[in-house]
Amino acid sequence: MSDISVPAPRLPGGLTRATLIGVALLAVLSLSAAAGLRYGLLLAIGLGFGLVLEGLRFGFAGPWRAMILRRDPAGLIAQLVSIGLVAIIAIPLIAANGTELIGAHAPVGWAMIGGAFVFGACMQIVLGCGSGTLVNAGSGNAVSALALPFFAIGSFAGAYHLLWWTNLGTAPIVALSGTQGLVITLVALAAVAGLVLFLAAPGTRRLPRRLWLAAVLLAALALANLVVAGQPWGVVYGLGLWAAKGVTAFGVDLSGSGFWALPTNQTRLAESVLTDVTSLTNIGIIGGAFIVAVWRSGLSARLPGLPARAWIGTIIAGFLLGYASRLAFGCNVGAFFSGISTGSLHGWVWFAAAFAGSFQGIRIRRALGLDG
Amino acid sequence: MLTRKFTAMLTLIILTALLWLDLVNSKPLDPFRAPAVLALGSGQAGAGAHCAALPTAD
Repeated sequence: MSDISVPAPRLPGGLTRATLIGVALLAVLSLSAAAGLRYGLLLAIGLGFGLVLEGLRFGFAGPWRAMILRRDPAGLIAQLVSIGLVAIIAIPLIAANGTELIGAHAPVGWAMIGGAFVFGACMQIVLGCGSGTLVNAGSGNAVSALALPFFAIGSFAGAYHLLWWTNLGTAPIVALSGTQGLVITLVALAAVAGLVLFLAAPGTRRLPRRLWLAAVLLAALALANLVVAGQPWGVVYGLGLWAAKGVTAFGVDLSGSGFWALPTNQTRLAESVLTDVTSLTNIGIIGGAFIVAVWRSGLSARLPGLPARAWIGTIIAGFLLGYASRLAFGCNVGAFFSGISTGSLHGWVWFAAAFAGSFQGIRIRRALGLDG
Repeated sequence: MLTRKFTAMLTLIILTALLWLDLVNSKPLDPFRAPAVLALGSGQAGAGAHCAALPTAD
C-alpha cells in the first residue's frame, strides 16, 4: 500500500468539493427527516437542475439570442430535444394517471400571448429566463441577483391580478393527449428543429456533446419532478409564493385577491415553502448553481461596471418577468418546456410570442447598456 | 473591487433569511403528515400549485 495521498482540492473560501457535496446532502437528508421524503427528493431534483444548467451551460435566453444574432442553433435544438424526450414519457404517463399527475395545461388568451411576448423581451434584457435568473443569481451574476427579488414581487402581483387578465378573453384549454397527441407534439418539435437547422449559419449545425448530455439529464430530472410531485417542473409559482408569504408576514390580507384567496393557495400560504414543489426546486437550482460556481472557482470574476440605466432597466425587467409570466401561465420552464412536453397548446403559443418578444428585448438590452 | 462571490453569498444569505422567516411564520413541518414519496401510484390528486394552473373556485 502506498502512503502517497492526493490532497482534497481546495476551493476559494476554504471550501472543499467534499464539503459542498456534504452540505447539499445534509440539506436533503435534514429536509426529508423534518418534512418528509418527497420534499427531500424535490430539493435533490432542484439541486440536479442547478448542477446541470450551470455545469453544462444549458440555458434558454442565451441560445435564443445566439439563434437570433448569429444563427447558431445548438442551444435551441438542445431545448427541443429535451422537450421531446420528456414528451415521449410524460404525455402517455399523464393520460394513464390523470388523477395523480397533472400536465402544465393552460388556456391560450390575449393576456397569455401578451405576457409571453413581454417575458421574451425581458428575458433578453436581463439575459436570464425563469430558471436562468435562479442559476445566474446562484452563480453570482449581479444583474440576475438584482432582478430576482423583483421577479418574485412581479410574480406575486401578476398572480394577484390574474383573473382580471384572463377575463379579457381566454379560449378553452387544449391539451394534446394519447398517441395522437404525442405524435403531433413530436412532429411539431421536429418541424421546428428542421426550420431552425435550415436557417442556421453554415458550420453551426453540430451540437456539442455537453448539450446532448444536458438535454438528456434535464429530461430525466423533469420526469422525476413529474413522478415525485405529480406536476411538471415550474418556477414562477414558487417565486410569487415567496413574495406573497413576505407580505402576509407583515399582516397584509390577501383575501381580496381571487387568486390568492383560493383554497389551494391559502394552504400554500399557511404551510412552509419547504413543502411547496416549485419553491423547493427553485431553492435547489440556486444551490446547485452555487456549487458549480464554487467548484469551478467561478466566483472570482469582478462585477460589471454598468451604467445606472442598466440597473434601473434590470429592476423593471425583473418585475415584468414575474408579472408577465403569471399572465402567460408560466415562463420558459412552466409554459415552454413543461407546457409543450405535456401536450399543452399554450406552450407552443408561448414559444412563438416569447421568441417574437426576444427580438425586441435584444434591442432594448443594447440601448440600456447591458451588453457592456 | 467586488466580485461574483459577493453577490452569490448575498443571494444565499437572503435566501436563508427568507427560509428562517418562513419557518417562523408557517405551520410547523410534520413528517407524519407528509404525502406519499411518489405522487405516481399514490392515489392522491395533484395539488395544482403550478404556474400553468388556471385558477378556478373548484
